[in-house]
Amino acid sequence: MNRREFAKLLSAAGVAGATDIAWGVTRAVGQTRGGTLNTIIQPEPPVLVTAINQQQPTLTIGGKIYESLLRYGIDLKPMPGLAQSWTISPDGKTYTFKLFPNITFHDGKPCTAEDVIFSCTKVLTETHARARGTFLRIEKAEAPDPLTVVFTLKEPFAPFINSFDCTTAPVLPKHVYENTDFRQNPANAQAIGTGPFKLKEWVRGSHIHLVRHEGYYRQGEPHLDEIFYRVIPDAASRSVALEKGTVQLTQWTDVEFFDVPRLSKLPNLEMTTKGYEFFAPHLWIDMNNRVAPMNDKRFRQAVAHALDKKAIKDRIYFGLGKEATGPVSSKTRFYEKDVKTYDYSLDKARRLLDDMGLKAGAGGKRATITFLVPPYGESWQRLGEFVRQALGRIGIEVVLQGGDIAGWGQKVSNWEYEMTANLLYQFGDPALGVTRSYATSNIRKGVLFTNMAGYSNPAVDKLFDEAAVATTDAKRQELYSQAQKILCEDVPVVWILEQDFPNFYDKKLKNVITTGIGVHETFGSVSLG
Amino acid sequence: MTHLASGLQGHRVVAVALGILGWAAKFVAVVLVISTMSFLLVRAAPGDPAQVMAGQTGAADEKMLAQIRQEYGLDQPFILQLATHLKRVVTLDLGQSYRQRQPVTTLIGERLPATLLLTGTAFLLALASGILLGTLAALRAGRWSDTLLTVVSLILYAMPVFWLGLMMVLVFSVQLGLVPAFGFQTIGVEMGPFGRALDIGHHLILPAISLAAVYLAIYTRLMRSSVIEVAQQDYIKTARAKGLAQGRIIARHILRNAILPVVTVAGMQAGALVGGAVVVETVFAWPGLGRLTYEAVLQRDYPVLLGLFLVMSVIVILLNLATDVLYRFIDPRVTTQAAG
Repeated sequence: MNRREFAKLLSAAGVAGATDIAWGVTRAVGQTRGGTLNTIIQPEPPVLVTAINQQQPTLTIGGKIYESLLRYGIDLKPMPGLAQSWTISPDGKTYTFKLFPNITFHDGKPCTAEDVIFSCTKVLTETHARARGTFLRIEKAEAPDPLTVVFTLKEPFAPFINSFDCTTAPVLPKHVYENTDFRQNPANAQAIGTGPFKLKEWVRGSHIHLVRHEGYYRQGEPHLDEIFYRVIPDAASRSVALEKGTVQLTQWTDVEFFDVPRLSKLPNLEMTTKGYEFFAPHLWIDMNNRVAPMNDKRFRQAVAHALDKKAIKDRIYFGLGKEATGPVSSKTRFYEKDVKTYDYSLDKARRLLDDMGLKAGAGGKRATITFLVPPYGESWQRLGEFVRQALGRIGIEVVLQGGDIAGWGQKVSNWEYEMTANLLYQFGDPALGVTRSYATSNIRKGVLFTNMAGYSNPAVDKLFDEAAVATTDAKRQELYSQAQKILCEDVPVVWILEQDFPNFYDKKLKNVITTGIGVHETFGSVSLG
Repeated sequence: MTHLASGLQGHRVVAVALGILGWAAKFVAVVLVISTMSFLLVRAAPGDPAQVMAGQTGAADEKMLAQIRQEYGLDQPFILQLATHLKRVVTLDLGQSYRQRQPVTTLIGERLPATLLLTGTAFLLALASGILLGTLAALRAGRWSDTLLTVVSLILYAMPVFWLGLMMVLVFSVQLGLVPAFGFQTIGVEMGPFGRALDIGHHLILPAISLAAVYLAIYTRLMRSSVIEVAQQDYIKTARAKGLAQGRIIARHILRNAILPVVTVAGMQAGALVGGAVVVETVFAWPGLGRLTYEAVLQRDYPVLLGLFLVMSVIVILLNLATDVLYRFIDPRVTTQAAG
């Protein structure tokens, strides 16, 4: 990062901070204070402490209870969170955050720089697999005063600034967790954070009740008095709850895709697919690159040509998403659109198979592949069926194999599969959510969501390594663009869809989706009426 | 005489005590066998709870997997894990849920009342209605009302529980707005104990009817054929020849005998009600054991699953005992034969 870029970043940070504070005041004017939000949580989370558990429902509710230093806009640019401003040193190794004054935990104790350092360097490196990769890069963490946090990294790591959302780096109270077993700490049941809402009651199997944190540091927030998260396991019942107005908000997969067109027509509801930009869920057909014929890139290219992505998007996901062009989502930073693409063409697919010598035998069959259907619901089964029919047209017989979550996870992570489908999050930066699926160093048997396909290309590895530590966006873009071009030529997996998820909410609700993490955000600015 | 009477009484007390001890020994043996079998069955399924838990976070590494396995003893030898499980059964310490990090006894204790309320209500509803409707159908055998009851029973029997539940929600909740669509109680409203009881009762209507429907059909059909069969017995003809009133014959002679097969089947099926509750509790968001079971299966939450199997098997064993006792109460011949 040169001096000019650094100055630009500084001023952007400062302006963002100032704007947000002013914004908060403006938003408060004319907004109704009070009211109850009823919404859905499914499945019921195991705990609410996001430092200990990072399942989606935990993050949805935990996001109201725990905060981090920053928030990220829909465009994934950092915004003030617990930190009102921040700077990055020109060498890209030192990050300085200034906290807002008067931040308190739900138990009334102040939240200071020591709590932030303790959370990032002691708790998260122990309990949070995703955060561990980032925060183990910290060489030194200091608190020159109670409102200043200084992290010095061992070497530059550009995505560091993208790692302070409340799902990645929640701040826990040091006075509660220090010198304890973080996972077994009795305080986990109380979920003590700094967020605008605190836990009042959890009736397991029924609901989780959050109420206003009166000592919240952002003036005028939260607007709502309370939030009820209702546990409704059946999808049809969830739709009924939304239609009847029993709940005013649904998110993620609360509503089945096939119900989206119908519910979108209801006059009292608003629907948006915004708020998933940070996660950027990326759907692909996963192929075990170690096993023939998937070990031949011509076969993988043939599969890419044989799958009609638009049809998948329209028929299975009811238009919710955008056809993927490569490993990086267009929502994620450093996306490259100028890559080799694979149009829907059965002729091209057949030619590729002929070229590799996979000729059609009796009955036109060239090969038989087993497709492990991910056990996550109806749409995955439909996707499996679609793949079976589509590949059948080019002579690839696909045998669908079902199972449960545990069985699927075991087979896929131990590489005992030929073909399956997968949906992974990108977490705002390729270094955080993309590299892991293609880097040779991340081929790790028995661990889900690593480079399970077994793709290995030293050129791609080098580009990913360099991009992670490059300190300018231009350089990073250049390196990631090259990596994407190689990957799109090699197609280790067939990227299908940048999947969208529908958020339905009552039109009376305001400011529901304001950042790139959408419904995981604090909801301090959400109001009714 | 006094000595003889007290001797006989003492002998009887000893016999009863021995009987209870024998039953208790059988109870413990059955529970231990079931616990061992459950453990083996659960572990026979492919899959690793650590993988499930790590997988759902969207990111995992070896350290996380190792931590989970170590924390829950999944890295221990299989035999040691089985021994730990059996020790827990004996000491009634069912361990801690992998997923929810709560004692299994707490989780089950929280959900048990809701399931007992739902299954108990459904059971009584199905049994009472089945006996009543079956008797009515038998007494009007061959007439249109019998045909109607038969057809309705068959429809209820053939209808999937989840579909019936959803249809009832659509009609009685969404369209007519008569009853709540789901849930155990109204959330976020303060009520007195009486108001709360009424509110829970209101929420109970649809799930209880959905769960009861299929059993109601079975009991109706069973009661109908049983009443018809008993009504043709010689002693009924004798009663009629003696000029006993029809109502007395039905109440004292036909029903009392005809009900025995229904009680037998009901006792056997009471355990199956908990299985049916899995679906009903899911459709109606009823916070009971059924849903806990479903979630534990999905999550491979072994301690919860094994704890649930244990509790359910104990319930089934106790229900069978209750059926035996009830049988003796309804039909004194059973006691006499046993004594003889």
